[in-house]
Amino acid sequence: MYSAIVFLPLIGAIIAGAITALGAAARHPEGRRLGTGHGHHAHATVARSSHHDDGHHDHHGPGAAEYITTGALILSAILSWVAFFTVGLGEEPVHVQVMPWVVSGDLAFDWAFRIDTLTVVMLVVVTTVSSLVHVYSIGYMSHDAHRPRFFAYLSLFTFAMLMLVTADNLVQLFFGWEGVGLASYLLIGFWYTRPSANAAAIKAFVVNRVGDFGFSLGIFAVFLVYGSVNFEVIFANAADAEGMTLSFLGGEFDALTVICLLLFMGAMGKSAQFLLHTWLPDAMEGPTPVSALIHAATMVTAGVFMVTRLSPLFELAPTALAFVTFIGATTALFAATIGLVQNDIKRVIAYSTCSQLGYMFVAIGVGAYGAAIFHLFTHAFFKALLFLGSGSVIHAMSDEQDMRRMGGLRKHIPLTYWMMVIGTLALTGFPFTAGFISKDAIIESAFAAHGTFAVYAFALTLFAAALTSFYSWRLIFMTFHGKPRASADVMHHVHESPLVMTVPLMILAVGALFSGLAFQGLFIGEGYEDFWKQAIFLGSDNDILHEMHEVSALVVWSPTVAMIIGFGLAYLFYIRRPSIPVALAKQFDLVYLFLLNKWYFDELYDLIFVKPSFWLGRVFWKKGDGWLIDGFGPDGISARVLDVTRQFVRLQTGYLYHYAFAMLVGVTALITWYMFAGGAH
Amino acid sequence: MSGWPLLSVVTFLPLVGALFIFAIRGDDEISIRNARYVALWTTILTFILSLFIWFGFDYENPGFQFVEETEWLGDAISYRMGVDGISVLFVILSTFLMPFCILASWESVRIRVKEYMIAFLVLETMMIGVFTALDAVLFYLFFEAGLIPMFIIIGVWGGQRRVYASFKFFLYTLVGSLLMLLAIMAMYFTAGTTDIPTLLAYDFPVEMQYWLWLAFFASFAVKMPMWPVHTWLPDAHVEAPTAGSVILAGILLKMGGYGFLRFSLPMFPDASDYFAPLVFVLSVVAIIYTSLVALRQEDIKKLIAYSSVAHMGFVTMGIFTGTVQGVQGGIFQMISHGIVSGALFLCVGVVYDRMHTREIAAYGGLINRMPLYALAFLVFTMANVGLPGTSGFVGEFLTLIAAFQVNTWVAFFATFGVILSAGYALFLYRRVIFGALEKESLRSISDLNWREIAVLAPLVVLTILFGFWPMPILDVTGPAVTQLVDHYQAAIEGGASVAAAIK
Repeated sequence: MYSAIVFLPLIGAIIAGAITALGAAARHPEGRRLGTGHGHHAHATVARSSHHDDGHHDHHGPGAAEYITTGALILSAILSWVAFFTVGLGEEPVHVQVMPWVVSGDLAFDWAFRIDTLTVVMLVVVTTVSSLVHVYSIGYMSHDAHRPRFFAYLSLFTFAMLMLVTADNLVQLFFGWEGVGLASYLLIGFWYTRPSANAAAIKAFVVNRVGDFGFSLGIFAVFLVYGSVNFEVIFANAADAEGMTLSFLGGEFDALTVICLLLFMGAMGKSAQFLLHTWLPDAMEGPTPVSALIHAATMVTAGVFMVTRLSPLFELAPTALAFVTFIGATTALFAATIGLVQNDIKRVIAYSTCSQLGYMFVAIGVGAYGAAIFHLFTHAFFKALLFLGSGSVIHAMSDEQDMRRMGGLRKHIPLTYWMMVIGTLALTGFPFTAGFISKDAIIESAFAAHGTFAVYAFALTLFAAALTSFYSWRLIFMTFHGKPRASADVMHHVHESPLVMTVPLMILAVGALFSGLAFQGLFIGEGYEDFWKQAIFLGSDNDILHEMHEVSALVVWSPTVAMIIGFGLAYLFYIRRPSIPVALAKQFDLVYLFLLNKWYFDELYDLIFVKPSFWLGRVFWKKGDGWLIDGFGPDGISARVLDVTRQFVRLQTGYLYHYAFAMLVGVTALITWYMFAGGAH
Repeated sequence: MSGWPLLSVVTFLPLVGALFIFAIRGDDEISIRNARYVALWTTILTFILSLFIWFGFDYENPGFQFVEETEWLGDAISYRMGVDGISVLFVILSTFLMPFCILASWESVRIRVKEYMIAFLVLETMMIGVFTALDAVLFYLFFEAGLIPMFIIIGVWGGQRRVYASFKFFLYTLVGSLLMLLAIMAMYFTAGTTDIPTLLAYDFPVEMQYWLWLAFFASFAVKMPMWPVHTWLPDAHVEAPTAGSVILAGILLKMGGYGFLRFSLPMFPDASDYFAPLVFVLSVVAIIYTSLVALRQEDIKKLIAYSSVAHMGFVTMGIFTGTVQGVQGGIFQMISHGIVSGALFLCVGVVYDRMHTREIAAYGGLINRMPLYALAFLVFTMANVGLPGTSGFVGEFLTLIAAFQVNTWVAFFATFGVILSAGYALFLYRRVIFGALEKESLRSISDLNWREIAVLAPLVVLTILFGFWPMPILDVTGPAVTQLVDHYQAAIEGGASVAAAIK
């Protein structure tokens, strides 16, 4: 069953990929007859007309690729829920061996699945959201000529993500990690004719690779310390490394701290944390269903999953955990501040995702892994809902994404409006919605914690809660309320999305409203130990999940107060007195520009990383290779012995027998010499 | 199969094919076509025969197999052939890539076709010989003689600056090889034989090891190529015809790595240990330096050539860690790079045949007209980037994990290559494949034809297969590498204890 969950999406992806390839071959039939590059001028006109036809070839509604991939995923999702209840509510963890991957000396790892509670939680999140996104995309992408390719990528992504969450060793985790990166790269750049999409795709991949740089080093260090990369071995011997030092880059450091910090660097890249967050907003260049699936619900949470998976190591490295708390809290606030002023509907939600991931890392940092995964779980529902909802808005607005050209959509697309409101309520933590329960749990745990940055984390996450509420309601008000700011032409075309798109929204809305209440008991309630079993390791003095329930009522209700303040301000700014934000932006133009330009991180990185790399590349090429090595090497020598080279050129007649003769003479001379040398002894 | 000189047959069969072509008279279409077919069938037959070596190979045996020995020059130098777990895969790789080269040249080579085919078949014999020779002199002959056909291929069928490129190629390798010749002579005078198995067991004095090591290093470092003696490679690649590039990147570069494994590491263990930091520095510089240079290239082939130098940096780094993972990773990286870089050059050849330019700026938006090509190119690009699930990952990962065990600084800097390779490879892919198809000249470019699909599809399959299932390669190399590493480690420890005793 577990193999089926993982491999069904892969099979779907391969079939859809084959359909794509066959379709492509069918669209370019001349490619096979005429591949030689000769005579293509004669066919230029034919070929050109065929090229322009590309977009119109398959506009006949959903085809086989959509149905096969979507069907496979729905099946996989059903099986995942079965797995969730069998493993989560009773059975022992399952281990499935597929085949060996690498055996080299004492390094060995397999393709294998480790199915414990943490895995099954991720399985249901990934397959549920993915299957809903597949269904939704049938409607959303119905005008796109490249649907088979899109569905192939989506299913490929799902497969990689499932490999990631089921991994039983660090390298398979890394495989899934890079695999989702590849799928993300392909999907961000899906509309490859747009330069901005291509740039965003590369940026996403390369920034993630910066994180993977740390991740790889972390894996190497784990192997050095534990002699294995298999979770079973590492976790069983985790405590052995306590107090051990590791000489790394000339210094002696606490081994576990180094390992955890390096691994966390990978998580920072994938989960778009402060300093490595720059790729996520740009990733919004991809189609909106992609943003919902990859850049909100699943892939970006891989970092949270990874750190939780490695809780046996992190629990023993308090310094690393403090750093995780610090980065998480900083991201939560930092991203929220940027979200305040963005005008692109998807970018607002993207920064919100960034900020919510920060919350999850705060929970991890204070040792409340259950709360982190719980927030990951609920966040998947309401954030996917918000993204798919905004996709529905964009669809209705003829691909408009700028909120300044929206407004007044409430009456035109009421269903989407209400779905978005539900998502916003959950995100901002309206009482008893999913976000209220999971996010407040994090803020409470930060308050109850004793770690180095616990107070810092509490203050920042609380403040960020107010900002979250503000920017979320700002989005709703700017998009749906007030007078329409779009052209009459666009407004004329505004239409509610078809059922194939709205039904997934409604399912997600149910999750956004009730998944918190329904699963609270399992994830963070009294019975959490029975639920998680060995999937999450807690240090002996880690009792945070109990302590967080004992904080005072003031703390419990403070996030709700923050939410109300945020809502009130948004209401004041964007419904009552729209002149206030304009005046504020004018008065504090430096702050405004600073936020609008995302703290100038892109410019900064361009200045200190990208430009110097290109500059160095050129210097090494022209000066290093050209001037120094060639100049004093072969070219210099050739200049010195110019006469010889002239002779050499004269020798170069181009007749084969000349060369053959020269070769023969050389070989003969050599052999002769050896015979004499050999005979001499 | 016993008593049948399989290795010699595989080695010299291409030469027989070359003689056949030599015998073809006339310059008309038919004789040219015959020459092509003779070359193709010869290489295919050689490949099939070489598979019998793999089938008959005893995985458990770490020593040399299929050994042949005949009297040749006097009592010391004889004709000895044999393969072990380290060399056998290079033989298969050579025979495997050859038919692709012939196919890739099917239509693009139009002048002196017969001579071209002869040069390639001679080259194949020389390359296989390098990996099967068990006598240092025989090895040297094959090693050096292989230069000549390659020199001719670049010089005759190359691009505009072919004379400069072939001359540079020759000059670099000549310097290195002369030193190697001196070293082989010195070994002969000391050990009294040029038999490789005997030399492997021979204990050279530590002082002498240093000199011998340096002499061999000069030759192998140029071949790899290692920084800073790499500048011949980009020029040679740019000027070489497609098939020439495939062989250059696929096989010729591997001779250096093979040489390190056959001579430097096992014969001069103390010197290898002593010079390992030097190799590490050069490898790391190569990885970072050439990756940055690759970022700025305007010529597709040059970019791939520089990326080859960076990838070979991982190989040398891995080999000189002297660990099982490092050496196995190095071998795997060489095999994988043979497939992937060969495939990348074939991909360049595909568009070069259509547009007759290698300028990156002349392309853009090819995916609109060439989706199958875009797919194949994507697989190889990702393998070049070292994405897990492609063959490029396994070698890189093993060499890096080995380097980390030995020296964290080396691993730290080498891992930067992981970031940079993503940069240059994706940047290339974006500029060539993605974007709108705006250039008038590309409007009618056609996708892969059947011949091109037949060439690229097996390489795509292998790239992915070895990414998920590298065990066929690791199983073959395992015992021999373990023996090599054990021997090496024992020798170092022995040397260290001797040094301690002297003090």
